Amino acid sequence: MGVEGIGARVVRKEDKRFITGKGRYVDDIKLVGMTHAHFVRSPHAHAKVKKIDSSAALDMPGVVAVLTGQQLVDDKVGNLICGWAITSKDGSPMKMGAWPAMAPETVRFVGQAVAVVIADSKNLARDAAEAVVVDYEELPAVADVHAAIKSGAPQLHPEAPGNQVYDWVIGDEGATDAAFAKAANVVKLDVTNNRLAPNAMEPRAAIADYDAAEEHFTLYTTSQNPHVARLVLSAFYNIAPEHKLRVIAPDVGGGFGSKIFIYPEEMVALWASKKVGRPVKWTGDRTEAFLTDAHGRDHVTHAEMAFDANNKITGLKVKTYANFGAYMSLFSSSVPTYLYATLLSGQYNIPAIHAEVVGVYTNTTPVDAYRGAGRPEASYLIERLMETAARQLKVDPAQLRRTNFITQFPHQTPVIMAYDTGDFNASLDAAMKAIDYAGFPARKAQAKAQGKLRGLGVSCYIEACGIAPSKAVGSLGAGVGLWESAEVRVNPVGTIEILTGSHSHGQGHETTFCQLVADRLGIPISQVSIVHGDTDKVQFGMGTYGSRSAAVGLTAILKAMEKMEAKAKKIAAHALEASEADIVIENGEFKVTGTDKAIALPMVALAAYTAHNLPEGMEPGLKESAFYDPTNFTFPAGAYICELEVDPGTGKTSFVNFVAADDFGRLINPMIVEGQVHGGLVQGIGQALLEHAIYDANGQPVTASFMDYAMPRAEDVPSFNLSHTTTLCPGNPLGIKGCGEAGAIGASAAVINAITDAIGKNNLEMPATPDRVWRTIHAA
Amino acid sequence: MYKTTYHRASSVDEAISLFGKSSEAKFLAGGQTLLPVMKQRLASPSDVIDLGKIKELQGVELSGDVLTIKAATTYYDIMTNADVKKVIPAIAHLTSVLGDPAVRYRGTIGGSIANNDPAADFPAALVALAATVKTNKRSISADDFFKGLFTTALEDGEIITAVSFPIPAKAGYEKMRHPASRFALTGVFVAQAKSGEVRVAATGASQSGVMRVGAIEAALKANWSPSAIDGVSISANGLLADIHGTAEYRANLVKVMAQRAVAAAG
Repeated sequence: MGVEGIGARVVRKEDKRFITGKGRYVDDIKLVGMTHAHFVRSPHAHAKVKKIDSSAALDMPGVVAVLTGQQLVDDKVGNLICGWAITSKDGSPMKMGAWPAMAPETVRFVGQAVAVVIADSKNLARDAAEAVVVDYEELPAVADVHAAIKSGAPQLHPEAPGNQVYDWVIGDEGATDAAFAKAANVVKLDVTNNRLAPNAMEPRAAIADYDAAEEHFTLYTTSQNPHVARLVLSAFYNIAPEHKLRVIAPDVGGGFGSKIFIYPEEMVALWASKKVGRPVKWTGDRTEAFLTDAHGRDHVTHAEMAFDANNKITGLKVKTYANFGAYMSLFSSSVPTYLYATLLSGQYNIPAIHAEVVGVYTNTTPVDAYRGAGRPEASYLIERLMETAARQLKVDPAQLRRTNFITQFPHQTPVIMAYDTGDFNASLDAAMKAIDYAGFPARKAQAKAQGKLRGLGVSCYIEACGIAPSKAVGSLGAGVGLWESAEVRVNPVGTIEILTGSHSHGQGHETTFCQLVADRLGIPISQVSIVHGDTDKVQFGMGTYGSRSAAVGLTAILKAMEKMEAKAKKIAAHALEASEADIVIENGEFKVTGTDKAIALPMVALAAYTAHNLPEGMEPGLKESAFYDPTNFTFPAGAYICELEVDPGTGKTSFVNFVAADDFGRLINPMIVEGQVHGGLVQGIGQALLEHAIYDANGQPVTASFMDYAMPRAEDVPSFNLSHTTTLCPGNPLGIKGCGEAGAIGASAAVINAITDAIGKNNLEMPATPDRVWRTIHAA
Repeated sequence: MYKTTYHRASSVDEAISLFGKSSEAKFLAGGQTLLPVMKQRLASPSDVIDLGKIKELQGVELSGDVLTIKAATTYYDIMTNADVKKVIPAIAHLTSVLGDPAVRYRGTIGGSIANNDPAADFPAALVALAATVKTNKRSISADDFFKGLFTTALEDGEIITAVSFPIPAKAGYEKMRHPASRFALTGVFVAQAKSGEVRVAATGASQSGVMRVGAIEAALKANWSPSAIDGVSISANGLLADIHGTAEYRANLVKVMAQRAVAAAG
């Protein structure tokens, strides 16, 4: 592997600029003549926009323009799209209301834009936005998913009667009913998966620059997938044809899914830059992030699990209501369906599953993918059910899991997914050993003597990552393919640039992707650069989400490397007068195996570009590209065990230990993997203990700042005890499964299982705030 | 932030003079409340008069049985002051759990009590210790100073110069942090004066701001020990309720935090 190859704990190349403040984010970019946008946003959750009076604002200093939703309509800018078509159980397509980038007639959530002020400075734009007078006629609003589906509830979109987007089913209902009819025991559980606000450190931002002479747009934006942004902006929003639109996502400060989507602000900035003839910059503030970044989760679920007399699971029934907010965001429809219900088998052999998911509109911020996207909801549900079942059946929770683990692979679940490999017992063994599972009863007794309630909770998660085989997702309704592309450019002096369609917004690609190249060629990573995030530089790409960049993006790089190496070997063999089959690559040299004859990579590269003496018929140059489409999802899995104490006087939870034993397949850089797990675990713990985006009954957000929305801090989380068990993924040549989302998927169930164990009461919703835990302890 | 004019006063007299010349001036101490509020455009003072660099408002003095903390002394300076740690360690502890390091380096005792946030820590210390607030005009007892939510006895243009604390026989402070803001969800300061008087003040609990807790005072007067509070019942009436804590939960916290504060006080 070499000191910087696969498996090495290489320090991140990109951290020098991030740590020294030299990162280049969208807001750092300043263009000549740049104007600034400030949006006029609805204070109402639901209202008719009767009149917008911009006259006072237009008279204010520095104001260039005030643009409204009606002008967007007049200019035929398209409505926002949802890119995954879901079909209801009655065969009808999902029912979507129109989402214009600025509302011309009706606003449906607090924070929805109705107009934008373009001015010479950010502050002048903000001043003038306050002078735009909008006459609203308030309408009744609904924020709660159950209230929204009641008859007589306020209706959001005429296209979706009863506020229902779809009523979708998966699995075999007859077989599941039959399993329940024969069940020895049935375990029932109601759970709410709390709504979360993503809160990337960098708020969203955009700079749009229109070149009138070339009729060409450049958009700098905080995107996880700039090529998809260009595709959608071109194909659906009529901004410009693809070759007249360049999208650049420079350094991006965290995404967690929230920067996958194409939002109204980027569209409006592009359109406005052409209208005013100057570059337009918009940088959201934290309040706008709370109000307009797509939220995550927000499920209400009833589930039942059937067991036979030997505690084997025989069936699972699930009914979930998914809150989509006021509009269908880009991939929202897929999250509670194909990214959720397809994982309901968990790590277990479940012969029959039936799930129904009802998608519901409410007067709240749109909901879409957030770290894990559907899989945390599935994992939380199954792992809470398993713990509940263990308590009800009076068996050890670890043993109940072992009784039901899938041990033969490949394994076809009843809900589409075919697990390729795994060793669930190995992960659970590792986690139980790390936490000293056997010693827990003694520790619990000891804590009790000190007035503390100690609990232990297990969570055995599985996820589907490496998103995704294009043909498979296409057959399920996806509007795009989910392959990845790469290009390897060997420069004439032997340095290498890797162009990738993956996008790094904190993941460390500039290091890990170089490690693959270093591993294959035996050169230091300092000789390799990663180029990403610019549609003019990289031909195409699908971006970074769904733990896909290593499994899919890095495999594409590997494929391009293999092509490049094959050509380089031909050149080397020609120069060394040897057989191509005898050439091996070691320490940056092409060697004739078993001899001391060698030619260094720079000399091969130079030969390729001088082209003075290439093999007969060979094209000059040393540059290859590849597209890689995976054949299956990958299935990272693991076991998390959390030990904690609850203070009965305050309900406050304190961690004693948190162990995570993950199987991610091959690790490129274990240090970076650990960082990904740490971050994911903190987000999972945040969901379990702290975070909750709350609306009142009228759709007013209650948690639109950090004064009310509780983000996890360092003091809220323990020092994690991580380990890895490994089964290599057979679906890609590197054996990689992906690690970006695991922590957020597996952690919350472990925490709630532990708290409910500690307090001896099974029903406890997230977030388990001290108040809620205290009330649960003392409830009659 | 709206346009404003910033002044750095070099003395209390200059600050008062500047205040008199402005239409809608605000005094700025550590800026941990005023500046965020201005950035959110919820306040738009014509002038901001910075008191933070006034030398006569800095520092801690120990004189006999009285500890005096000047108004513009930062939490960090209070927390690390040897006299504070020696004579009223409960105040050093209170400042060590107030906000976060950034807040503690900038925020001041004067700024905290002048703002009188119902969840701020210092009002509980002042009330329980029967402190005296010194201004450029007068001395005000803590009981008279705090007048409900974000309201104090301060008159327009009056500047707090210092707070004087009688050194107690025993004192302790414990709080439950608000999960999001890290203000006190509820905090309780208990103090036994050298005279034997017991005063207990809770912050973050009451809809009217800092409050004395008579039932706990009576129990502790009879028996200064955590278990003396076991039988006390705190009513949830009039207590704050929000997404992070019901009124019943806060009532419980008043009792539990008081017990822990007594334990900490020794």
